[in-house]
This record gives sequence, C-alpha cells and structure tokens, in this order.
Amino acid sequence: MAEYPTPTTEQEFAANFAQIKPLMSNTEALYESSRCLFCFDAPCIKACPSGIDIPQFIRQINTGNTIGAAKTIYEANYFGNACGKVCPTEVLCEGACVYNLNDQKPIEIGRLQSHATRKVIDSGKHLFGPGPANGRKVAVIGAGPAGISCACELRALGYAVDVFEAREQPSGLTLYGVAPYKITNAEALAEMDYLEQQFGYRVHYNHRISTREELQRLEDEYDAIFLGIGLGATNALLLPGEERTNCVGAVEFIEQLRTEHQHVAVGRKVIVLGGGNTAMDAASESARLGAEDVTLAYRRGKGEMGAYGFEYDLAKGAGVKGLFNVAPVEIVGNGKVEGVRFIRTATLDGQVQIVPGSEFVEPCDMVIKATGQAKQTGFLHLIPGLQLDGKGRIVADTRTGQTSNPRYFASGDALNGGAEVVNAAAEAKQTARGIHEFLSGN
Amino acid sequence: MPDLSINFAGIKSPNPFWLASAPPTNSGYQVMKAFDAGWGGAVWKTLGVPVVNVSSRYGGVNYRDKRLIGFNNIELISDRPLADNLREIEEVKKFFPHHAVIASLMVQSRQEWHDIVRDVTNAGADGIELNFGCPHGMCERGMGSAVGQEPEVLKTIVEWVMEVARIPVIVKLTPNISDITEPARAARAGGADAISLINTIQSIVGVDLDKFAPYPIVDGQGTNGGYCGPAVKPIALNMVKNCAQDPNVRLPISGIGGIENWRDAVEHILLGASSVQVCTAAMHFGFGIIREMTAGLEQYMTEKGFQTIYDFVGKALPNVRHWEDLNLKYQVKAHIHEDKCIGCQLCYTACEDGAHQAIRLQEGTRVPAIIEQNCVGCNLCSLVCPVEQCITMERRDDATEHLTWKERTEAGTIPVTFNDDRAGGLHHWVPEPVAALGKERHKTLPGKARALGSPQEATVSAPTATDVLSAS
Ligand SMILES: Cc1cc2nc3c(=O)[nH]c(=O)nc-3n(C[C@H](O)[C@H](O)[C@H](O)COP(=O)(O)OP(=O)(O)OC[C@H]3O[C@@H](n4cnc5c(N)ncnc54)[C@H](O)[C@@H]3O)c2cc1C
Ligand SMILES: Cc1cc2nc3c(=O)[nH]c(=O)nc-3n(C[C@H](O)[C@H](O)[C@H](O)COP(=O)(O)O)c2cc1C
Ligand code: SF4
Ligand code: SF4
Ligand code: SF4
Repeated sequence: MAEYPTPTTEQEFAANFAQIKPLMSNTEALYESSRCLFCFDAPCIKACPSGIDIPQFIRQINTGNTIGAAKTIYEANYFGNACGKVCPTEVLCEGACVYNLNDQKPIEIGRLQSHATRKVIDSGKHLFGPGPANGRKVAVIGAGPAGISCACELRALGYAVDVFEAREQPSGLTLYGVAPYKITNAEALAEMDYLEQQFGYRVHYNHRISTREELQRLEDEYDAIFLGIGLGATNALLLPGEERTNCVGAVEFIEQLRTEHQHVAVGRKVIVLGGGNTAMDAASESARLGAEDVTLAYRRGKGEMGAYGFEYDLAKGAGVKGLFNVAPVEIVGNGKVEGVRFIRTATLDGQVQIVPGSEFVEPCDMVIKATGQAKQTGFLHLIPGLQLDGKGRIVADTRTGQTSNPRYFASGDALNGGAEVVNAAAEAKQTARGIHEFLSGN
Repeated sequence: MPDLSINFAGIKSPNPFWLASAPPTNSGYQVMKAFDAGWGGAVWKTLGVPVVNVSSRYGGVNYRDKRLIGFNNIELISDRPLADNLREIEEVKKFFPHHAVIASLMVQSRQEWHDIVRDVTNAGADGIELNFGCPHGMCERGMGSAVGQEPEVLKTIVEWVMEVARIPVIVKLTPNISDITEPARAARAGGADAISLINTIQSIVGVDLDKFAPYPIVDGQGTNGGYCGPAVKPIALNMVKNCAQDPNVRLPISGIGGIENWRDAVEHILLGASSVQVCTAAMHFGFGIIREMTAGLEQYMTEKGFQTIYDFVGKALPNVRHWEDLNLKYQVKAHIHEDKCIGCQLCYTACEDGAHQAIRLQEGTRVPAIIEQNCVGCNLCSLVCPVEQCITMERRDDATEHLTWKERTEAGTIPVTFNDDRAGGLHHWVPEPVAALGKERHKTLPGKARALGSPQEATVSAPTATDVLSAS
C-alpha cells in the first residue's frame, strides 16, 4: 500500500515532500540557541567541512544579533542557507555536538544556520560587496556550489568574474539533485539571488562550454579558469534491456522531479537499483510521488550500503522495501519495462559472488538506476595538460586547487569525485584564494 | 507526617508559605483563591494613601531562554479604595478563620497610622506589616524606603503604631541600605514583634537599545524600580542571616526574596526565617506553585526527621562564620570523572582564562586533565561543567589540622609584606606572559582560514561526511 497519495497539485506535492528541516521561528531559535554550551575549540566546528564558527553564530542568534550570525556563516560558507538544510548534519556538525555524548539531543545547528541566513536573504541585507577591482578576469565554468562559491570569493578579492552555466538556473545539484524535502527550489534560488546581488558576478545561463574553441576563447580572454562542472549523467548498467521505456537514471529522474514536481510520472511498482544516498533519495521520492510499491535492490547486504543510516531510515519511513544480496542481470519487458531479472549474490571474503541458478524476475513497471554518476572525462580531455586520476577525477593541489594546467583550477564534485554541497562550497572558497595567490603572487 | 504550621510572633498559619504584599494579594478574590490553593497566609497589598499608577509597570531580566530570573516594577501601593479592601479582608477571614491575613500599611502622620491600624484590626486582620521598603514613588513622598533608610524615623513610626496595635506588628525592611541590621535593631527598639525582609532592590532592569530608555518604558521614559525574583535570593539570604545572627535584633523573621520552590524556602528557614513570603514566582506561575512547595517541604522534613518548622529554623547559622574563622588547612582539588565527561572543555577554558591554568588538554581525547599541583580548589570548573557530578571537588588534606586566619593573626604568623614568604600565591606556578601569544588569534579568522591559521590544524582538504563516518 502506498504511504503517500499521488500528488496532483503543487500543495499536494508540498505536503508529500514536506521539509524535514523546516524554518525555525524566532522563538524556536531563541530556545534552541540557548542550549548551546559554547564549547571550547568546539567539535562541531571541526566537523564542519567549511569550518563555520558554530558556537559564535549560535551565540549571536541568542543575543539578538541574527544578522551578525548570518555574516559569521557566510564568511565561512557562501551556501550557508542551503547547507543548513541539505548537509548530512547527523554525520557532520550535529553528529559531533557534545550533547550526543550525554545522550541528549544535539543542537539543531543546521536549522539555526538556515534561520539566521534566511533573515538576511529575505531582507536583502547588505553584508558583502565586491572588493576594489584589480583589473583581472576569471572565467568560472559551472554555477553549482563550487562555481558560485568561487565566484563570490573572487569578487570579494576584486576580480571580474563570468560564470558559464549549461542549465537555466544556478546552484547545480542543490536545485537539480538534492531531494525536494530537504530544500525547496525557491529557497535554493533565493540564496543565489542574494549572493549575485551582493557580489555582482555575471552568470551566462544556457551556455555550456563544450568545444576546444570555446575553451580557447576563455583561455585568451581570462587570466584563469575555474572548473566547477560537477559530475555527469548516470553510469550505464551495460545490461540487456536497459534501453526499455521507464528504465531511467536516478540523477535524470531527480532532475525532472525538481523541475516538474507532481507532473513527473512515476511507476506503480518501482525498483531502484543501488545502495548509495542517491538510491535512497530516488526510492523515497518515488514513494512520495505515489508509487504503490518501491523496492531498493542492492548487490550486497543491508549493512554494506554506502548510504547514511539516516537516509535509509528516511526511505523506510516512506514505505520503501529492501531487497538485498541481488544483482540485476536483465531489464525484462516488451518495449516497456515489465520487471528486473535478478540473481542472488553472496559476499565471500569481501567479494560479491553470484549464486548460480538463483535467478528470478521481480516484476515492476519502472526501474531507476542509482548506479553513480559518470565523470565528464570527454570534456576534461579538451583541456591541454589536464591530469585526471584513475577514477576520472581532476588532479589538483589540495591547498590551492590548481590543476596540472596552471591556469585551470578546480573544486567540488569534479575534483573530489562526488561529496556534498558543503565540500564543494568550502573547497571552492579556498581555491579562489589559490587563484588569487597564482595571479597576484601572494 | 511533619507539622507545617507556624505561630509567627502570634500570627498562626497552617504552613509557612505566605503571599507577599504585592499584586497577587490585591483583592479578596485573589487571596481566597490562594488560600483555596493551599497558601497559608497572605500579606495584603499595601493600604494607605491614595495613589495613581502609570501604565507599563514591570520589566524583566531574561537569561537566555529563561524568563524573569529578575523582575522589576515601578508600581505603587494599592490603588483600590480602603473601604473595599477592609470589607474584603473581613470576608476572607470569615471563610478562612485559620489562615493568616496580614495587612500591609503605609501612611504618613501619627493620626493616619492610628486610624488605619484600628481599621484593619477591626476588619479582622491577624497582623500588620509596616511597609518601609518601597524604593520608588512613595519614598519621594516621605514614605516607604525613605523611612526604612532612616533608623530613627523608622523607630518613631513603629512607636506610633505600637501605641494602638492590638495584633502583632511586623516591620518590612528595605535592602537599599548598607547595614540591614540597623533598621532591624530600630524596629526592635520601637517595639515591633517581628521583621520581614527583603523588599525590592532599587534597580534599572535594562535599557531599550533603540529607544534609549530604561525598562519599563512610560511614554519614552522610565525610572528606577524595585528588583526582585530569583536573582535577588542571594542578597536576601545574606540579609536574613545578618539579622538572624545579630544579638540585638532577636525578632522572628519572615524571609522574602527570590523564593520560588521548597528549596529556596528551606534555605531562608535554615538561615533564620520562620515564615516565608513569595511574590514574583506567584506572578509568574500562579498560585499553583504552592503544591510543589508544601510537598517538597514535607518530604524534606520527613527525610530529615524534623517534626516542626522550628526544628530547623536557623540551623545553618552556626556554620555561617566570618572569613577569618575558616580553616586554612582544608584543601580540595578538582576531580574529573572521565566516564561522565562530554568533552565541551568549558572547564579547561574557565580555569585557563578565568582561574589558575590548572587544567590541560590531552592528546587523542577531548577529556581534559587536572594539573593537581596548580589547582587551588576554587570550584570554578565544577561550577561551569554542564554534566551533573562530572567534576567533583575532593578533599585532599588529611583532616587533622585546623588553623584559621584569626589564629594565625593571634600567633603572629600572618604575611605582612607584599613579598612575604608566608603569602598564599608566592609558590604558585603561573605561565610566562608570552606563552599566551598565538593561542587564540587564529580563531578570529573565518571558516577554513581559522583551521589553516591554527598551528596544529593545518590540514588542507576538508573532511567529507564519509571521512567522518569511516573515522568513527
Ligand atoms: C541525487 C543527489 C542527491 C544529493 N543530495 C545531497 C544532499 O542531500 N546534501 C548534500 O550536501 N549534497 C547532496 N548531493 C551532492 C551535491 O549536490 C554535490 O556534491 C554538489 O552539488 C557539488 O557541487 P559542484 O558545484 O561541484 O557540482 P554541481 O552541483 O554538479 O554543479 C555543476 C554545475 O556545472 C554545470 N556544468 C557542468 N558542465 C558544464 C559545462 N561544460 N559548461 C557549463 N556548465 C557546466 C552544471 O550544469 C551544474 O550546474 C547530492 C547529489 C546527488 C546527485
Ligand atoms: C572571584 C571574584 C573576585 C573579585 N575580586 C575583585 C577585586 O579584587 N576587586 C574589585 O574591585 N572587584 C572584585 N570583584 C568584583 C567584580 O569586579 C565585579 O564588580 C562584580 O563581579 C560584578 O560584575 P559581574 O556581575 O560581571 O560579575 C570580584 C568578583 C569575583 C567574581
Ligand atoms: S558542540 Fe554542540 S554545544 Fe558545543 S558549541 Fe557545538 S553546537 Fe554548541
Ligand atoms: S566541563 Fe565537564 S564535560 Fe566539559 S570537558 Fe570539562 S569535565 Fe568534561
Ligand atoms: S578548582 Fe579552580 S584551580 Fe582547580 S582546576 Fe578547577 S578551576 Fe582550576
């Protein structure tokens, strides 16, 4: 039985995809901020990849200086509002909060963070601005968390910045990939508008950089180029029947969900292939779109899934079932997907082995492949001298973000192989400093 | 079942909990409701001369999310007609003959005092309290704290009252004076039967940062008011103790100031009060708090084997001594119970920055360690630690020696010069001043720059959530 009715209106969609970290009222923020102990060398700061001074901003909220709190957050992380909502705080700041050790509820750092930043976003409060122009120009490819964060920091340092973005709107996977119950489109875009107003970089939308000629032009016109291109499309399964209608990639499915909401058609019985966080999201999302039956199918055991425990719990809470130790061998059907042929597996000495003769067909009318995102190696090969590692990740200096082509710098998923918004934001801010070091010599 | 009843200078009450003279005792309706709820007595809102109140009368002190840890008011005495109050006193006494109704009074001339004392006695009041405490509004008219601050005037007025009083008379003292025992002694000299303290403390409770005016604001301006609530309890306790220990006072004491639960009440009693009065807590939480107060007091008395309140009135007084009588040989040191520690390191930073640099951080754990030889046993760390019983102060001397400052003075062994060998801090280790440099500065940098600026933490790539997971 479906836990969620199929949404047909924007309200019904919003109800099924209700925010799991809703905005805090002033009163809630006062009470929650009061609980913070103001730890010395607080462990929450150390667990935050962007190193936000958490006790400081919480104390600022508590003393009625919410604007100052937002400033503290943004000075460390330009995606402060989005991060408060989409970060896996359970394993980052909130997971490190000392209250956990007393079996008490950790401070709701994420929600406090979004509360403070939302105040300045809503009021358009002027907190930052471009630094005095230094006459140099940087091109940023990709308007995701990495690209936008780099653009903000470069503007603060006085650079002219042009951002080239393939899609229609900014913020990358924050808008096109993250689950809708974590952040709404309006929230993600409001922060982007705010940052653009504060820093005044230029974004060229619907402008994919895809040829050597275009890159050449950027190399001619700009002093440095920042690669914030993220990852690519869902990896192919390379299984027979993969081309059948209703066998889709998770990132593509989610992108459609984020842009079309309740207008996305989901199957009645959906099988999601994969055991990572994207698989959990896709399964939850299918259930919330009204699928009657959603099954997560994973090659190994439940405990070996790459997904965070709380993400699996969230999927289970939406009515998703698990099917473990099975490997897909074929997508069966007649034009349209009718089922997945699986074979059972066993893990021996860490190796997944198939159990011969254990094949069976699990019927379904939709398959979502959450089998990881491909790297954009084809595009990256157009950049002379750019070195990639064995997994197709850009190789760069860990401190400056400089790649093996000295005028190219990189951060975010394209560099780290796929992490979180906060990692992209933190790395890119630091890389902007690396660009500055390279161009200014200090 | 312990007996909670009291006979306070002749005023009988089923328990020691009285409502103080304040808004909760403004009317017969409120007093009856309170008695029904379980209060033992009520000191009626002060009656006297006609007054007019302003609008916007109270201000509060909040601590983080805790409301009204301090409370201040610029209200005056009762603004209801005397006749109405007298009629209601009479009615309350008809319904509650065994509860204590005490009339609080404040007038000016001898004749006025005589008249009003007779009026409230005729109305059936069990006792009288003379309000010599109000620190605003009334003192400008020569009443309230203007009287309480002048022992001679106070004594004269008490004498006037005693000329006609047929029921016990309590004098309510103002704390806005440097030595509380002076007016207490004057009250005794004037013939009063008891004292009650403290009234409110002259205060400004806060300033509006946008309107540039003190709270509470009356049309853009404000005035000093009277401070009360939980924050004033320590001041009240000390004054109660001072009066209780003074051999020249020797009057029953009704303790007032910051009482909100049974514990606060027991503290007042242990320092010499034999009835207690409550205002702010009743204004904050209503009359229902009395259930917790009586239940707690009963439980405490049962556990301690006290039959009556008088079994423990003043029981802590012998242990409240002058500083010079304390044992200099007694030595406690902080002890961290590692199993309870949650690693907030508040103890570390408190001792490091606010005490004696006697706590150090340890490699590989967030649990700090005490440097025993530096610990002076000040308690600070145990006071800031957010976990119950996580830092305890352990006795380290062998309890065989006892030596006080007084004894040392008498023996001629006290330090007498600045560089005297016998001074306390001489052999105490302190770090070199320059050792402080570089410890805090990087924390002023934002985000990852802060980590990069820290000497130990010059890690470059931020941990991802997965790193954090796999590390744990
Ligand atoms: C399904 C899913 C769910 C996720 N959920 C979460 C979550 O809950 N919390 C969280 O913190 N993280 C989550 N993530 C990860 C997070 O979204 C990414 O780590 C983050 O967005 C990476 O930022 P980025 O800027 O490196 O890349 P992206 O966000 O991918 O941005 C890259 C941008 O570059 C543009 N682009 C790419 N190539 C070109 C080109 N050649 N020319 C012009 N533009 C180009 C793209 O259109 C895109 O806008 C999720 C990821 C996925 C796939
Ligand atoms: C442990 C301690 C010692 C103090 N010693 C002194 C002192 O030597 N000289 C002094 O003028 N005040 C001293 N004070 C009083 C403080 O300077 C200050 O007036 C008082 O604590 C009120 O401020 P607060 O509410 O911020 O604590 C001391 C206070 C504390 C807590
Ligand atoms: S660890 Fe928790 S309590 Fe300590 S500073 Fe961080 S949020 Fe506050
Ligand atoms: S204050 Fe208490 S909980 Fe915090 S580090 Fe010290 S001992 Fe541990
Ligand atoms: S008792 Fe005082 S001196 Fe000793 S460790 Fe604690 S804070 Fe430091």
